[in-house]
Amino acid sequence: MSGTAPGLASAVAIAAAVRSGEATATEVVEGYLAEIEAREGDIHAFNLVLADEAREAAAALDRRVAAGEDPGPLAGVPIALKDNLTTRGIPTTCSSRILEGWCPPYDATVVERVAGAGAISIGKTNLDEFAMGSSTENSAFGPTRNPHDTSRVPGGSSGGSAAAVAAGFAPISLGSDTGGSIRQPAALCGVVGVKPTYGLVSRYGLVAFASSLDQIGPFASTVADAALVLDVIAGHDPLDSTSIPAPVVPVTPVLGDGVEGLRIGLVTELMGEGIAPDVAARVQAAAEALEAAGAKVGEASVPAVTYGLSAYYLIAPAEASSNLSRYDGVRYGLRVDAATTGEMMTATRTAGFGDEVKRRIMLGTYALSAGYYDAYYGKALKVRTLIARDFAAAYEQYDLLLSPTSPTTAFELGAKTADPLTMYLNDTCTIPTNLVGHAAISVPYGTGDDGLPVGVQVLAPALAEPTMFRAAAVLEEAAR
Amino acid sequence: MSDGSSSESTITRDDVAHVARLARLTLSEAELDTFTGQLADVLEHARDVEALDVSGVPPMSHPYPLTNVLRDDVAGPTLDRQEVLDQAPAVEDGRFRVPPILGEEP
Repeated sequence: MSGTAPGLASAVAIAAAVRSGEATATEVVEGYLAEIEAREGDIHAFNLVLADEAREAAAALDRRVAAGEDPGPLAGVPIALKDNLTTRGIPTTCSSRILEGWCPPYDATVVERVAGAGAISIGKTNLDEFAMGSSTENSAFGPTRNPHDTSRVPGGSSGGSAAAVAAGFAPISLGSDTGGSIRQPAALCGVVGVKPTYGLVSRYGLVAFASSLDQIGPFASTVADAALVLDVIAGHDPLDSTSIPAPVVPVTPVLGDGVEGLRIGLVTELMGEGIAPDVAARVQAAAEALEAAGAKVGEASVPAVTYGLSAYYLIAPAEASSNLSRYDGVRYGLRVDAATTGEMMTATRTAGFGDEVKRRIMLGTYALSAGYYDAYYGKALKVRTLIARDFAAAYEQYDLLLSPTSPTTAFELGAKTADPLTMYLNDTCTIPTNLVGHAAISVPYGTGDDGLPVGVQVLAPALAEPTMFRAAAVLEEAAR
Repeated sequence: MSDGSSSESTITRDDVAHVARLARLTLSEAELDTFTGQLADVLEHARDVEALDVSGVPPMSHPYPLTNVLRDDVAGPTLDRQEVLDQAPAVEDGRFRVPPILGEEP
């Protein structure tokens, strides 16, 4: 089965056609709405399809083009937004009952930026509740299905955004990545997914999960489309004090520069135990393709990444337990009435959060509690330093690193829901990047023995996105 | 509660009940059993970190060493008060309304 619906062009092609007047945004939007109408019932990529809003925005954009205006680099390109990005006046649920019906009073910075570049929001996509999960099965509104095989998960937590692009419901989408939530679903759905350097993209309006790890990034069916979106959303934002106050180096201009002379290291610790042999074989093939294109490929060792999963599942829940204390039934979202405010808060949180969110809140509360702080959270933060040191040493030898994105191809729905730890192991290869704030991209690179997509991950040091995209473009070409 | 030293066996049912109270969550007896087992699995996996000697290694709470980020003290646009209040479960006189704090009728 083809991942991308036939007859639908790339974001680069759509924007060029709309800007030049060869196509109207209205035609483009109607085409994608028809795809959604035909297959969304099988996939459930969206919590909300913004059909009327998209038609109105397209008509307005077409009037601007007719009047001689240039709407920008994403002119008329439909975009799907993960439903943890705030949209003013439009429900933003995080796939949680606790925020059902909430209409935020402001837009996320990325939502403003893509709209300002001419993109048209076509819907809010499904996710694991509050982005906690690796399969999109932890949604209060039911799971999303993988467009390549609807008995399989799309990955997660940004499973709706990955599936929307894979199914041809939108050429591009936005997700968030805290421990792999963009890259892993991109791999499982056979699309491109980017986790930018921490601080490159503003998190203002991204509903917080783990603030020192969260980052917004694009999904696309081509590397050039992902680059186009990243160039639009990257850049300093005074509304996010963790955003990097420096000019952004765009990635689009270097896409064709190749990998001649680049030093690329295959991470040995992420190629052994736990990695399915058919996935490892595709990563080996990718390494050979990069070598054939002129890169110097070798084996890299980043020993401390083996502690990444443990450190992550102490740090991320700790931050989440703090961030999610705001859902108390007072200012927005669900309230379950009770005699006192304290009882109301407990009743609201008990009714509003799903099991995985409760698990992580309790795990985080435990890791931060008196008597356990030093043994768990404190120690995990020191392990984070060890991982950063090992990466720094590897990047003295190599410009980029290479690994699988996900240890396996897409698994069956329900296969891992009973055992949270087994589910967490999906994130082994992606978590280290978040812990150290670096960049990484997942590029589709053929299929596994089951015929399902395999993603190869290119890892880069902080702010080395231009180099990372050069390798991604070479891999995309080699996979053709 | 114990001192959390590495000799501690695992998270107990009482520990889970305690953190649930701290996090303002009510768990049924069955949920307490399930969550205790699942959280113990995750903490058991974290033993590799617990066993690691990290003495002398500084903690990294954030990817970058951020210091306070300050802006100029000038008025800028803010959220619309009515739009914010429209999203609240209960409002009175331009403020958020909550049930009695101490369980007494106001």
